[in-house]
Amino acid sequence: MKRPLLGLLLLLLLALPVRAQDAFTGALPGLAGGFADIATAVERLGAAGDPRALPVLRALQEGRLQKAGDGRILLPEGAGLVDAATGQPAEAAGAGAEAVRLNNRVRQALRGALGRLQILSPDPAERQAAAEAVFRSRSAENVPVLRQALARETVPRIRTQLELALAASQLVGTDEAGKRDAVARLGSAGTVEARALLLEARGGNPDLVTAIDVSIATIERTLSLRRAAETLFQGLSLGSVLLLAALGLAITFGVMGVINMAHGEFVMLGAYATFLVQEFCRGIPWLAPWSLALSVPAAFLVTAAAGALLERGLIRHLYGRPLETLLMTFGVGMILQQAVRLAFGAQNREVLSPAWMQGTLLLPGGISVTQNRLWIIVFGLAVLLLVFAAIRLTRFGLEMRAVVQNRRIAATMGIRTGRVDAMTFAFGSGLAGLAGVALSQIDNVSPNLGTGYIIDSFMVVVFGGVGSLAGTLVGAMTLGIVNKMLEPWAGAVLAKVFVLIAIMLFIQRRPKGLFALKGRAAES
Amino acid sequence: MSATIATPAPGTTGRLTIRLVLIGAILVLAVLPVLNQLPAESTLHVSDFIVSITGKWITYAVLALAIDLAWGYAGILSLGHGAFFALGGYAMGMHLMRLIGPRGVYGHPTLPDFMVFLGYQELPWYWLGFEHFPYAVLMAMAVPGVLAAILGFLAFRSRITGVYLSIITQAMTYALMLAFFRNDMGFGGNNGFTDFKELLGMPLNTDNARAVLFYASLALLVVAFLACTRITQSKLGRVLVAIRDAESRVRFLGYDVTRHKLFVFVLSAALAGLAGALYVPQVGIINPGEFSPGNSIEAVIWVAVGGRGTLVGAVLGAFSVNALKTWLTTVAPDLWLFALGGLFVAVTLFLPRGLIGLFAKAPK
Repeated sequence: MKRPLLGLLLLLLLALPVRAQDAFTGALPGLAGGFADIATAVERLGAAGDPRALPVLRALQEGRLQKAGDGRILLPEGAGLVDAATGQPAEAAGAGAEAVRLNNRVRQALRGALGRLQILSPDPAERQAAAEAVFRSRSAENVPVLRQALARETVPRIRTQLELALAASQLVGTDEAGKRDAVARLGSAGTVEARALLLEARGGNPDLVTAIDVSIATIERTLSLRRAAETLFQGLSLGSVLLLAALGLAITFGVMGVINMAHGEFVMLGAYATFLVQEFCRGIPWLAPWSLALSVPAAFLVTAAAGALLERGLIRHLYGRPLETLLMTFGVGMILQQAVRLAFGAQNREVLSPAWMQGTLLLPGGISVTQNRLWIIVFGLAVLLLVFAAIRLTRFGLEMRAVVQNRRIAATMGIRTGRVDAMTFAFGSGLAGLAGVALSQIDNVSPNLGTGYIIDSFMVVVFGGVGSLAGTLVGAMTLGIVNKMLEPWAGAVLAKVFVLIAIMLFIQRRPKGLFALKGRAAES
Repeated sequence: MSATIATPAPGTTGRLTIRLVLIGAILVLAVLPVLNQLPAESTLHVSDFIVSITGKWITYAVLALAIDLAWGYAGILSLGHGAFFALGGYAMGMHLMRLIGPRGVYGHPTLPDFMVFLGYQELPWYWLGFEHFPYAVLMAMAVPGVLAAILGFLAFRSRITGVYLSIITQAMTYALMLAFFRNDMGFGGNNGFTDFKELLGMPLNTDNARAVLFYASLALLVVAFLACTRITQSKLGRVLVAIRDAESRVRFLGYDVTRHKLFVFVLSAALAGLAGALYVPQVGIINPGEFSPGNSIEAVIWVAVGGRGTLVGAVLGAFSVNALKTWLTTVAPDLWLFALGGLFVAVTLFLPRGLIGLFAKAPK
């Protein structure tokens, strides 16, 4: 009893691969026939799902596949040819061999077949490309293989593409339930491609029109939400850049009342410090990945030193004369800019982003964000926290606040006010250097890097309220977001103009900014 | 002019000396176009270059006067006077563009070349009327004046003073620069206006036109100087100085500070616009670069170098800094920005009263 059953099982086990082989070897001779035969054979090869079909179809697509006089199909391998059915070298192909030719129908069949075969490939990039190819080829025959691929696919991006391809294939088929299902799934996919697909299917399926319209409306909603989220992100990212540039000003201008028109040039110096650190690290392999991290303290120190020098050497003599300080620091900015232009040349210098900052990140909901901009937001907020901590928690911060509140009494308490002035100014200038590190990642490092940001940064400080970190944060983020919101319908330049006008009108109502200082300190 | 000399304001002999020097300087300037007509081999011959560049400097000197009136007397440090100057220049540029007529590259009877190129069908409404010279001159004063009135009204009303005002005026010129760089504004975008043909029926770029523009600029400088002197020596001028030195006190004494400041700011902007209108036909081009914040602040430093609050100093500063610039940019172009930056530092630190401060005794 047992033996025949076992034999049957064995037979079945053997039969499975044999049948698959049969489909492959059975389809091959068709390639030696006319164009119609070739197209049919290609489709059969694609449906069989045999890995050996892939090189054959590729060779066919590239025009390298040969047919021998006896109908055998020959595949070029290295210098010679092999029999595609057996895999044996076919040295005796002889003079009868000629290339299998293609026409448009065959090419179309090839694209679909190759896509179906590659969709199961172990290489994710190949699967992605295949999913796109299948999406374009659009045939009801793809449905089973797509389902099979979806069942084992784990990469989210490829899954999305596969689902789109599946829906596209279902929509051209005859299965009504499948079509309905596809329309619903496309609606929840919420992409521009899905919308295009639905609009295309709308004409050909009169009984599905209502379902399609519902799905399209869903997609429109998703898309506008996504656009809003992306605008918000871009606004936050621009806001963080402004925040970084304005934080230093909030210290030097807001706290000390010194208007430093060379602040933009300090930002530029920070960016060049980043460039120099990168060039230095390039020669030392184990140091190279850390160059950006190293430039943070380097840029801070360089610009802080420049700031201390400027304060002790020049600005100190002009305290109480803000207009003269403005003119003088503008001159210093000019000299710095020209010095850097002579030293490094007027052309842009390239600062590379480390690998972990490159590329885009796809958030849930299909929102795409660029990594470096994301990191700038993180960096901006981190610097803000550090500044807050430095002012509130350190001895230096305490002395700084004391000198701002009442210079004379601070001096009588034994605080060396001159030293605190220098350190405060150095601190604010160092923050400009940090802004330079961030800007080197998203903008061209050139001698006039700072000029593009300085006016906006002053606007942030004026808008947010002088001498208030919260005001600087809110001001920077508001300006960033409003700028990016206006951009789509007004263009970048007019958006800037509108923002400037809005600030002019805003300070009509609140001349001291959003977060005004109250009490005696507010009266200058 | 003679009236002012005949009745010198009660003052020192130093002031009289300055006036004599000034009259001498005006006479020297006035003979330049005449000397230009002498044969080239004559030792007294003055080249075309000297005449045209001096004509340009005279318009700069008028701009400096305008800045000094606002900054030196009323304490309004505007970093946007370059924008008023450029707006006046654009008004004159529009007139000059209209006068090109069908002589443009595309030969269109009314539209300037850049409009044909950009596919305009007809003249934008704000270009209407600019074919008339008096209208263009009026606009050269009115447009900067109205802009200054709006900006000044908003700023002075909410008591925005000092560096805040400076930053806002700088933001204004920056915004205008961005706006004028756009092609769809109808002002020629990046390239601005150039290739002018004639003004008031005389072809430009001839000795005759150069001399006429030169004398017109010189006349404007003299008239503006006398007018500014009158204003600053009047009761109004004394109130302005008081506002500069103690704004709150003047306000509490019952003066309308906002209106005083607005008056001087608008007048100053209109004067700057007029200077720009004379500048453009002499240099033959106007483009959005004139709006760059750097230009405005450079004009402020002319006043600072000469000595602010003196009027004479503004004129002296405009000439001397620009002479230095012309000389240095030909001898050592790389050094010019160092020199200019150095001027900013040196003047504010060591010469708070400017070059005039070297000659005149400190007022006590």
